[in-house]
Amino acid sequence: MSDIKIKITDREGVQHEVDAPTDMNMNLMEVVRSYELAPEGTIGICGGMAMCASCQCYVKSDHQLPEKSDDEEAMLSEAFNVEDNSRLGCQIHMTDDLDGLEVELAPEEL
Amino acid sequence: MIKTDILIIGAGPTGLFAVFEAGLLQLKCHLIDALPQPGGQCSEIYPKKPIYDIPGFPEVLAGELVDNLMEQIKPFQPGFTLGERAEKIEKLEDGSFVVTTNKGTQHHAPIIAIAGGLGSFEPRKPLLDNLSKYEDNGVSYMIKEPEVYRNKKILIAGGGDSALDWSIFLADLASEVTLVHRRNEFRGALDSVEKVQQLKNQGKINLITPSEVVGLHGDGKLEKVTIKKTDTSEEIELEIDNFIPLFGLSPKLGPIADWGLEIEKNAIKVDNTLDYQTNIPGIYAIGDVNTYPGKLKLILCGFHEATLMCQSAYQRIHPDKKYVMKYTTVGGVTGFDGSKKEAPKAVVKSIE
Repeated sequence: MSDIKIKITDREGVQHEVDAPTDMNMNLMEVVRSYELAPEGTIGICGGMAMCASCQCYVKSDHQLPEKSDDEEAMLSEAFNVEDNSRLGCQIHMTDDLDGLEVELAPEEL
Repeated sequence: MIKTDILIIGAGPTGLFAVFEAGLLQLKCHLIDALPQPGGQCSEIYPKKPIYDIPGFPEVLAGELVDNLMEQIKPFQPGFTLGERAEKIEKLEDGSFVVTTNKGTQHHAPIIAIAGGLGSFEPRKPLLDNLSKYEDNGVSYMIKEPEVYRNKKILIAGGGDSALDWSIFLADLASEVTLVHRRNEFRGALDSVEKVQQLKNQGKINLITPSEVVGLHGDGKLEKVTIKKTDTSEEIELEIDNFIPLFGLSPKLGPIADWGLEIEKNAIKVDNTLDYQTNIPGIYAIGDVNTYPGKLKLILCGFHEATLMCQSAYQRIHPDKKYVMKYTTVGGVTGFDGSKKEAPKAVVKSIE
């Protein structure tokens, strides 16, 4: 299988069900950008190095996600609007296990 | 007033390389950047990260790339206005521009090249009610003159290097230093973490973790804050004089967005069929700050855009001069400082 289904709720509260490839080395932040579910320049600002929190999202389904790296932990500890289910989208790689994943984008930091 | 040929806004890799290409055309450059050092994101956000897609460099650290660019442009003696943000632009009758920074420094040039990346880096502000009311009345996001904190009660929030380093620095100066962070762990240089531990043990830094500031109080100026322990939800009231949230920087397009330039997707629209000029003749946008069909935010693309921009700028400045591009292998590099680099001449000599 090379595509999985993911449900992404954008910052306006609209849910989108999208196909995400698992064979393109993509992460969740990049999937959001590829479908333009958040305006360019408001997501993935650092490019995916876990050095900003512009791709923060809340994980709504109970999928087993990879452990947070130290960098992600540290970034989330300084980010705003953080909840227990917060993750950085750029640190979640698309794998077959994540089929059916549901996430909601965190508000943009102003 | 600072005068130059090309005023470059943004001293990241694209802006720095533009100095080189302009220099080959005998055009002088001056750069403005909101950060205190050149290099943009490469220096500020990821100096220790390796980059693998700079042509000719299988691997180079972002910080090294900036060092190399600074070395490469040295002969062209660029001027720098650092730590200031380009705020206002005014077009003069002769078509040239005056750009004024937030600190009032004025720059005059016939050509403006915006190489602003994602924008100028602004401090990230915590989400607190009436935060803006206390800005400059007890709340500040950076420390400019440490002396103002002498014998004051200071609260610092944050978990990175700057929160640690300023807590250490102010521990000797202020009457009281409290450091709050949402976690027990800090991310910083090992030395700094150990030093804060030591100062905490000596009672010189009051450490409250894991916790965050949830309320600001005071009549006109900040007098007291509410700190909430995130593990127990216990709330602590603390009397302080100054609150310094240090949550890092985030880029904002900022005042440039109001310059009358056509903006799309938080970026400046340019003519990519020709010279990366914006809708205002004489103003160009190069690197990550621009957009056009097929745009890629890559350093290598910024270098290309800078090169074409300089050729176009040359023609605007010297409409009557004939010119063809010359290879550096042929023409060498003649600096404004009198230096000259060129390929060593081959010897023509018979072998007997």
